[in-house]
Amino acid sequence: MRSRSREPLLWLLFSAGGVLAALLVPVLLFLLGLAFPLKWITPSRHHLLAVVSNPLVQIALFIVCLLVLFHAAHRLRHVVADMFGIRQFDGAISVCCYGAALVGSGIAAFLIWSVP
Amino acid sequence: MTGPPTSTRPRHYRPPVSAAWWLRKPSYLAFVLRELSSVFVAWTVVVLLLYVRAVSEGDAEYRRLLHLLANPWLVALDLVALAFAVYHSVTWFSLSAQVMVLRLRGKQVPRAAFTLGGYVAWAVASALVAWLLVAG
Repeated sequence: MRSRSREPLLWLLFSAGGVLAALLVPVLLFLLGLAFPLKWITPSRHHLLAVVSNPLVQIALFIVCLLVLFHAAHRLRHVVADMFGIRQFDGAISVCCYGAALVGSGIAAFLIWSVP
Repeated sequence: MTGPPTSTRPRHYRPPVSAAWWLRKPSYLAFVLRELSSVFVAWTVVVLLLYVRAVSEGDAEYRRLLHLLANPWLVALDLVALAFAVYHSVTWFSLSAQVMVLRLRGKQVPRAAFTLGGYVAWAVASALVAWLLVAG
């Protein structure tokens, strides 16, 4: 029996993460990276805390972090292998990339669900 | 097709490829930059989580984070990240349009419809997030 490649499943996760990244990352970078720190818009910490305490927001936030991190890991794994011509080290590269995504997701879960 | 050579599968000739292959043509560079946009996408998750942490720690922590992110170097980084993020979005919508094949009432939906749909979804999602964080 031929073993089934995991690539289609990985591609699906990559794809989901890519859609979320395409839709959400620009607005998040604009607000969190520019508008809020540079005081163009000044939401109160209280309001942001209320948002991030909402259980639905927490679940959505976790899913976004997980899939987006996975998307980045998958893409980086392939581009690093191709850029430097080190496809023979795909195993080690994969462990580093997906491992980092897993660790990041774990940290995300911890931070999100330790919000008071 | 891949794997070590066997009696039934020959060793394939692989011409040596220069390490700077991706600098050879603009389209190669554009491809590599598109893929590397994922670094900045991951950075956004980091920023997001920094906010989650700071917001739950208290006023002092929140102010400290805003002060840190207002540093010119980080602002520059976030501007670059934003450019790469937009590049990801734009290329993503046109790419998805190329892989989506949908037939409605016997006619294939044109690619432009998917690209436009992507942009509409992008605008709606952005408005929702902005509303949630600023007003909601």
